[in-house]
Amino acid sequence: MARAARTAQKGKTMTSEPLTFPFTRTSLFDPPQEILDLRAERPIARVRFADGREGWLATRRSTIREVLADPRFSARQELRNSGFATTLDIPPARPGQFISMDPPDHTRYRHLLAGQFTVRRMRRLAAHIEEIAEEHLDRMAAAEPPVDLVRAYAAPIPALVISDLLGVPRDYRERFTQEIVSMSRIDASPEEKVQAQANVAGYLGELVRRKRAEPADDLLGGLLSDGDLTDEEVTNIGFLLLGGGFDTTANVLGLGVLALLLDPAQIPVITDPETVENAVEELLRYLPIVPGTVRAALEDVEIEGVRVRAGESVMVSIPEGNRDPGRFADPDTLDLTRSAAGHISFGHGVHQCIGQQLARVELRVGFPALFRRFPTLRLAVPPEEVPLRDDMVIYGVRELPVTWSAR
Amino acid sequence: MTRLHVDRERCAGAGMCVLTVPEVFDQDDRDGRVVVRSDTAAADPSAMRDAVTLCPSHALSLRDDP
Repeated sequence: MARAARTAQKGKTMTSEPLTFPFTRTSLFDPPQEILDLRAERPIARVRFADGREGWLATRRSTIREVLADPRFSARQELRNSGFATTLDIPPARPGQFISMDPPDHTRYRHLLAGQFTVRRMRRLAAHIEEIAEEHLDRMAAAEPPVDLVRAYAAPIPALVISDLLGVPRDYRERFTQEIVSMSRIDASPEEKVQAQANVAGYLGELVRRKRAEPADDLLGGLLSDGDLTDEEVTNIGFLLLGGGFDTTANVLGLGVLALLLDPAQIPVITDPETVENAVEELLRYLPIVPGTVRAALEDVEIEGVRVRAGESVMVSIPEGNRDPGRFADPDTLDLTRSAAGHISFGHGVHQCIGQQLARVELRVGFPALFRRFPTLRLAVPPEEVPLRDDMVIYGVRELPVTWSAR
Repeated sequence: MTRLHVDRERCAGAGMCVLTVPEVFDQDDRDGRVVVRSDTAAADPSAMRDAVTLCPSHALSLRDDP
């Protein structure tokens, strides 16, 4: 960009109103243009959240990593703006809701759980995940195309894997379809969210009480027998792990298949066992699935030349950080052969996604299995007719109609 | 000579080091925390630097011996 143009643009941004969250998406795979424009010139900018309060938006990868690793920024939900909520009063985390706690409260839970999600343990699940994937591919092959790939493949696989791991009945996802939607809609009312959470928590609480009475050989059973955790803590932990395991991986699969069907020359990179691991990292980098997270400053913090005041919230924009040209050359291009190491799709700091190694194994199994079974897989509708999850916190495709040629 | 320093108290058990340099790092099955399984001298120095910068909780560092 020419110097004069850059100066003019900077001047404009400095004097303009704060950005307003949530932002409007203008392309299938790119983060909203209004914040992509920011990344070159301002790593942190004023933003107005959905409840009308103002705070900060960090868009540069290095700034985001700084915020997420700095203990002066708190994850406590009663201190930070949720970004979305229209209510101002969010209660402190209940026992076991570790993602909304700071160390040392967070640390205790994190260590109890991290041993269950190690790289080694998750790799051992690959065969089980493959079985689940093949079952669903068999059913797809027996059906008449077109089919909705989200319903037939992308959504059920992660849901069954996390349910089996935790020891939650396999019909959990169908049973709570409505509640899961209510909890993840951007415009859900606080009352609606609270009711949905109460329904799910009631069911999980009952399950945990049964497991307490009859010890089970699964993750929830293990937490009940090993730790000094109460039923309430185990219930809330189970809630978080299920919630984290459903929509995230499912939408990487759904939106990822769409991206690859629109650029099929790259499919061989993900079906090749030699290159699948890196290909998955690049899809994780490129796809804007999780919009971000928020931290609250516990004291005044100077960052990138601005002063974040104690009590102010900083939203970090994960998709923008992943498109940082300072780290990734030609960042807005999907290139399954590039090294995507260092993406921040699982966050950073002590709260970095505890299920990330599970997600990786699911994706390394799920993408290749699909494209190997259906080498002629293609979209059954024009790309602009694919319904998107623009109204959900977790982005992706709502449905993905696909078809294939009979052999 | 450069030595790896591990702060297990800071470790959050995310597994990024195991993913980055599997021949050197492993995780404890009980709490997910980092275990150094082999001599780090033979490891690729650039992969070791990646493991340090990718660690989400800054539990790893490479230090020059005095």
